[in-house]
Amino acid sequence: MSTDAVVTNWSIATARRALDARTISARELTDAHLARIAAYDGQLHCYLNIMGETAIVQAAEADRLIGAGSASPLTGIPVTLKDVLCTVDAPTTAASRILAGYRSPYDATVVARLRAQRAVFLGKSNTDEFAMGSSTENSAFGPTHNPWALDRVPGGSSGGPAAAVAAGLATVGLGSDTGGSIRQPAGFCGVVGLKPTYGRVSRYGLIAFASSLDQIGPFARTVEDAAIVLAAIAGHDPADATSSPLPVPDYQAGLREDLTGIRIGIAAEYAVDGMEPGVQNSVDRAVDRLRALGAELVPVSLPHTKYALPTYYITAPAEASANLARFDGVKYGLNVASATLRETYERTRGEGFGAEVKRRIMLGTYALSSGYYDAYYVKAQKVRTLIKQDFDDAFTKVDAIVAPTSPTVAFPLGARTADPYQMYLADVFTIPANMAGIPGIAVPCGFSDGLPVSLQILGRSFDEATILRIAHAYERSEPWSQVHPSLPA
Amino acid sequence: MRLTEADVRHVADLARLGLTGDERSRLVDELSSILGHIAALEALDTAAIPPTAQVGELSNVMRDDSVQPSLPREAVLANAPCQMEGFFAVQAILGGTERDASG
Repeated sequence: MSTDAVVTNWSIATARRALDARTISARELTDAHLARIAAYDGQLHCYLNIMGETAIVQAAEADRLIGAGSASPLTGIPVTLKDVLCTVDAPTTAASRILAGYRSPYDATVVARLRAQRAVFLGKSNTDEFAMGSSTENSAFGPTHNPWALDRVPGGSSGGPAAAVAAGLATVGLGSDTGGSIRQPAGFCGVVGLKPTYGRVSRYGLIAFASSLDQIGPFARTVEDAAIVLAAIAGHDPADATSSPLPVPDYQAGLREDLTGIRIGIAAEYAVDGMEPGVQNSVDRAVDRLRALGAELVPVSLPHTKYALPTYYITAPAEASANLARFDGVKYGLNVASATLRETYERTRGEGFGAEVKRRIMLGTYALSSGYYDAYYVKAQKVRTLIKQDFDDAFTKVDAIVAPTSPTVAFPLGARTADPYQMYLADVFTIPANMAGIPGIAVPCGFSDGLPVSLQILGRSFDEATILRIAHAYERSEPWSQVHPSLPA
Repeated sequence: MRLTEADVRHVADLARLGLTGDERSRLVDELSSILGHIAALEALDTAAIPPTAQVGELSNVMRDDSVQPSLPREAVLANAPCQMEGFFAVQAILGGTERDASG
């Protein structure tokens, strides 16, 4: 296998075999990734903070566990963490000046779970500020570049972990998805990205953006790897009352290579103006492939799809405006001391937050303000009912729904920064799943003009197993994920 | 829906968000444009539709009322810009120069 020579292209499955057979140590695997980060992150800017010392200590612990024959699935596996996940041993900034240098006193639950398995943390990766954006250009610390074309965005908000996994600067990553922030950058970078069902993964220690929409999930280069990481992070957590007590199935064991008996819905509403022909062609070919693998294709209707984007841009900013009230210069973060407490609040927040975060705080505060609450916030909640109902109805007829992850491939840096709504449109196909709480996976399905195209598979609540099965069968028959970007030396 | 500069000032005031004059005038245009797109929702008759606040499948989650260890005080205060005798130090809220104590 040619890919086996390059350890930074390995899947978890390949690395697991080599680590357990002792043909490579966790330290060697870690060193190879840190060296690649040192060589390439200057041009990509995936990382806000490289955790080299932590990684080396974790790798040594992993090697001891492996030597004792008590390795877990992620022991010694190099991981990148989106910088909205709290870590005790590295700053957590949400890519915001208001949290520059912030050191959390606790780990996020997902971080603690990976740490307990002795995964290796390579570092904290870049994001749009407070996960608000679709291109990583809203990071206060500079954008990430797409490894397939350095003048293009990696998508967002989790552009850092997506680009890192695509470029071999980590084996897998964790991100967060509020309106597409895992699936859209996974698509733009040609990797697998999974947004689990709302409640499947604990949000404790995730810096909150919109609490009824946020969910943590994996980035990986194979569907099987995404299944392995999901199994590690899913399940009930007493620290997050919205986390579900439902048992976590064995996702890896549920993967199959054929799709006999699976009914897949195709919704006409997932074709929009501005859809690129190269994207449509790749997605159409992928749908044909799913049929060839045994799936039955069924037309379904999701009539309220076009209302999801405007609904989201009320609900998410409203929740964000409440969540971000905590950044006031008192308990942590930036403090711009002024004559009165009121002015301290205003100056701290005015100087600490970037333009997009301010826009969303303003939009959300407006939608919640006296006189506008019913017209905007309650209206959006009612439309959310209709969007969820569309999916509930469709899932009485089908086991999953497939659609493009995004209407376009990765766009050039700077192309959409002038018009906020143009940027918001990048998430038009990913937002409905967050509004309904259902799981979705993005899987590479080809290239258009040399840039990755992505197929999105949406499933029933808590049925990640079915969308993983479909994505895995597709990936086995069309292994786009084995094509890696070649970075200039 | 066209916002005015006074609307933007009012909302920024509610959000305790300091804005420069340039930011305010940009936000008048940007928020007006975004609200114009959001107006598409007016086409839907939702009079008979109940609102959805959350899509989790849980409600009224209870736990045992038992004491659990909490974080050490020093760890919680470590990030505080200003602390005093084991507490967060906050500027005076009432009296003096606060221009709108009722908030």
